Amino acid sequence: MEYKLKTPLSESDVRTLRIGDIVYLSGTIYTARDQAHRRILEIVSKGGALPVDFRGMAIYHCGPIVKKVNEEWIVIAAGPTTSTRMELYEYDVIRALGVRMIVGKGGMGFKTAEACKAYGAVYTEFTGGAAVLAAQSIIKVKGVEWLDLGMPEALWILEVENFGPLTVVIDSYGANIHENINKRAYEKMSFILK
Amino acid sequence: MIDPKVIENVCIEIIRKAVIYLPDDVKNALKTAYDNEVSDIAKAQLKAILDNVKLAESIEAPVCQDTGTIIFFAKVGASFPGIKYIEESIINATRIATSKVPLRPNAVHPFTNKNSGDNTGHFIPYIHWSIVDGDSLELTVMPKGGGSENVCKFKMLTPADGIEGVKKFIINSVLEANGMPCPPTIVGVGIGGGADISMVLAKKALLRPLNKRSPEPQIAEMEMELYNLLNETGIGPMGLGGRTTVLGVNIEYAHRHVASLPVAIAFNCWAARRASAVVYSNGTYKVLG
Repeated sequence: MEYKLKTPLSESDVRTLRIGDIVYLSGTIYTARDQAHRRILEIVSKGGALPVDFRGMAIYHCGPIVKKVNEEWIVIAAGPTTSTRMELYEYDVIRALGVRMIVGKGGMGFKTAEACKAYGAVYTEFTGGAAVLAAQSIIKVKGVEWLDLGMPEALWILEVENFGPLTVVIDSYGANIHENINKRAYEKMSFILK
Repeated sequence: MIDPKVIENVCIEIIRKAVIYLPDDVKNALKTAYDNEVSDIAKAQLKAILDNVKLAESIEAPVCQDTGTIIFFAKVGASFPGIKYIEESIINATRIATSKVPLRPNAVHPFTNKNSGDNTGHFIPYIHWSIVDGDSLELTVMPKGGGSENVCKFKMLTPADGIEGVKKFIINSVLEANGMPCPPTIVGVGIGGGADISMVLAKKALLRPLNKRSPEPQIAEMEMELYNLLNETGIGPMGLGGRTTVLGVNIEYAHRHVASLPVAIAFNCWAARRASAVVYSNGTYKVLG
């Protein structure tokens, strides 16, 4: 099934989605990689205030190339980064922040799937490396926080329009496409790996 | 004597070419992969990849936001007149290309986590040197993405494990990497030499065009065998399932120590970027490929 969704997302928006579904996303999304995830959890654990409201929003695992032209940030390329690096933090981020969608590539693990199930979120993927295509659907850089972390690791606030196709890879019922594919791959190679 | 600016400009030009335009052999392999796929999900991934490649070329933007760690391979003619300028020219070119192309600043100090902002730093850009006959300089740049670098593998096998053991290690490494290195990948394998030598060979294997097999028949056969096997895993484009997990397997080797069988595996994502140029002793140059 194909869906057009807009942030902020409701729980029923994401509970409708199943693995293999395609989403085109519009609205505001936030980029966050390893360092930003770590900082989010540090601030939350101390009871501090985050610079943006994550409730119902989408986090994009992405370190874009941006360029400042006449005081305005322009996104040149913005494909997803490997999501497994954020596996360490994502359960707590989904639980504490009420994020409804994670966008990345390469898959995520058991703990993220648990969080998706418990708190109503999905993990979706955009084609890795398709950075110029992704940049086409970013219509505006609304702001940037934590630029001290460097361009790739900063928290970029992006306005997107029909960002996709995003494939639902982990749904809010615990199903995970990569897990299925990987299990079959090991089975297929078992004759030679013995 | 050669004007150092010539070498610098050549380096900027090939960095720019590498990050925007994929080599023809890689583009052709991706097109073939798209034709061979049957499932919607695999076709959709490859379509996005091919559309992205075309779009990057038409608007002259880097094909992937991860413009990598800048790695140079310098084949220096023993009587090339500008040897002492090569290193500083490569470093300057990396700085200039970072703001001009632009590249993403990817060089981070491992202790302070501070990003240098211009893709240079301790040992970076890294240069692999070799001295060859003649008076010209051949430069190759490989902007190496982090996602595919993170799944590189090394193992010290024992000679008793033999080539069968090498094959198993390669298959296991691709299964473990799964969707993480942005498949379909190129798998570079380095066998023998020692721990350091095998890894350098694995990296150099990634530079060999996909339509070129090893000149040694036994190794060429193993490359084809692994190519077919790895594509039977069904991992597919982006690990979402399909017939194309690898675009090619390139194997290089060195003689091993009697007691050791080191094997290194380097991955390149589908955006397998590389570009080369030759600088002649009279100061003219030619971009290759």
